[in-house]
Amino acid sequence: MSADREAVLELQGVQFGYSSRPVLEDIQLSVAPGSFLGLVGPNGSGKSTLMKLLLGLLEADEGTIKLFGTPVQSFRDWNRIGFVSQKAGSFNSGFPATVFEVVSMGLYGKIGLFRFMKKKHKNRVMEALRLVGLEEYSGRQIGMLSGGQQQRVFIARALVSEPELLILDEPTVGVDADSVRNFYELLKELNRNKGITLLLVTHDIGAMSDYVTDVACLNKCLHFHGATGEFISNKDEMMRAMYGHDVSVIEHNHDHGHHDHHHDHDRSEAVK
Amino acid sequence: MDIILNLSFLERGIAAGLLIGFISPVIGAFLLVRRMTIISEGLSHVTLTGITAGVLVTQVAPWFNPLYAGFLFSLGGSLLIEKLRQVYRHFEELAIPIILSGGVGVSALLISLADTGYTEWYAYLFGSIITVTTADLGFIFLTGAAALIVILLFYKELVSISFDPEFASSSGIGVKKINFLFSVLTALVISMSMKVVGILLVGALIALPTAAAILFAKSFRQVLILGILFGEAAVVGGITASYYLNIATGGAIVVMGVLLLAAAFFVKKLQNLWNRSERKEHAA
Repeated sequence: MSADREAVLELQGVQFGYSSRPVLEDIQLSVAPGSFLGLVGPNGSGKSTLMKLLLGLLEADEGTIKLFGTPVQSFRDWNRIGFVSQKAGSFNSGFPATVFEVVSMGLYGKIGLFRFMKKKHKNRVMEALRLVGLEEYSGRQIGMLSGGQQQRVFIARALVSEPELLILDEPTVGVDADSVRNFYELLKELNRNKGITLLLVTHDIGAMSDYVTDVACLNKCLHFHGATGEFISNKDEMMRAMYGHDVSVIEHNHDHGHHDHHHDHDRSEAVK
Repeated sequence: MDIILNLSFLERGIAAGLLIGFISPVIGAFLLVRRMTIISEGLSHVTLTGITAGVLVTQVAPWFNPLYAGFLFSLGGSLLIEKLRQVYRHFEELAIPIILSGGVGVSALLISLADTGYTEWYAYLFGSIITVTTADLGFIFLTGAAALIVILLFYKELVSISFDPEFASSSGIGVKKINFLFSVLTALVISMSMKVVGILLVGALIALPTAAAILFAKSFRQVLILGILFGEAAVVGGITASYYLNIATGGAIVVMGVLLLAAAFFVKKLQNLWNRSERKEHAA
């Protein structure tokens, strides 16, 4: 059935290098509509570069990249794609904006120049907040929320323009382990109930593999691309191929503690 | 324009003050969230360079209003700052002292060339609300209205870029164009405030009301509304004080702004104490 539907994302023979040093070699990747693909790879494996190629921020040296069947160079329907960046969580936490205002920003590009937010846009913002379970936080200042909640706000901001494909670049950096589980549950739900195609880029192989439907392993080349079950049964072999040595997957401590730090700071301010 | 022509010098001054008290905190709010408030200091000094150049021009062409030259230099300065911030990407704040000292240096040169009295420079440095001419008021009114309309039309884009430029770009907003537009706006507002509060005090009307507003605001909209209220209160209070106490208007406006900020701190403190005792009662 999926064969007659065009791939949401298709890469063929994609090659890229920064001044002759190859970063990506001969990448073949196809993301079917409705799938939830986890793209994993170690640091420096070319994940970020691949992201930039997909978003048209860089141009491939060779090969073709198609978004919804259109080559990325001539793709203009950017509101069909939602993007949650790795850096989304590193905003200035004192920024005076409410959750509602932040999610509204997801609609600004779609509303267009010289036009204003209308009632229907406001309803859509509330709908997106409902989806991520933060409806009653709409009037709160964004910096006062926990790291996990902030991440949900950024998902809502990406969802509010009703994208068909949602790309998430390392979205769980700086989020505590419990919130990460909840976060993946949310993604799974969006994928199943809303039919949104998801591409999750992460180095966190452990937690992710319980939720995604497909896995792709990247380290310069694509080492594996297939269903999650298949990946898990060949995991050790895959890891060796990707990292070049044996790797044991452990739950690691996130040491990107700056979120929590900010919150402690905010709290102590409030008590003063 | 008829109404503007029939105003007394005092009314002209008050009108100019109210216009500036409204628009400066709006620009201030955007500068604040971009962590660029200090830019107003750099630009005001470049505006001085423009005005000194303009005063030189008036010696040849008496019809020329130095405020126009001030605006052009301020605009050039803001574009140069953007450029310098890109060159020194990891030391962005360096752009301000470069522009500021360069501007003051050239001003000093031009002042020594122009054969003008001390009082005229004093008016530009510290503001002189009673010398606001009909032409000045027209300039302030037109530039203020233009700036407000542009901010209203590009409000969405300006907010989105200030919060997260990467996301703004990925949602299809032309970040570079909007940033350029914002530079023009900042230059415009700084040059129009010049006559009322003066070069050395322009930054005050941009920073002080916003600093007070941010103590209470939860949303960006509230920063704007509270900022405008604080800005207008400083202008009205300052002009009134200067009229009855016979003190410099520009200085009085700025001191009023500082007093309002201090009052805001005090209210905030009370609010915190109140909230804490409420929480304790709740817990008990």
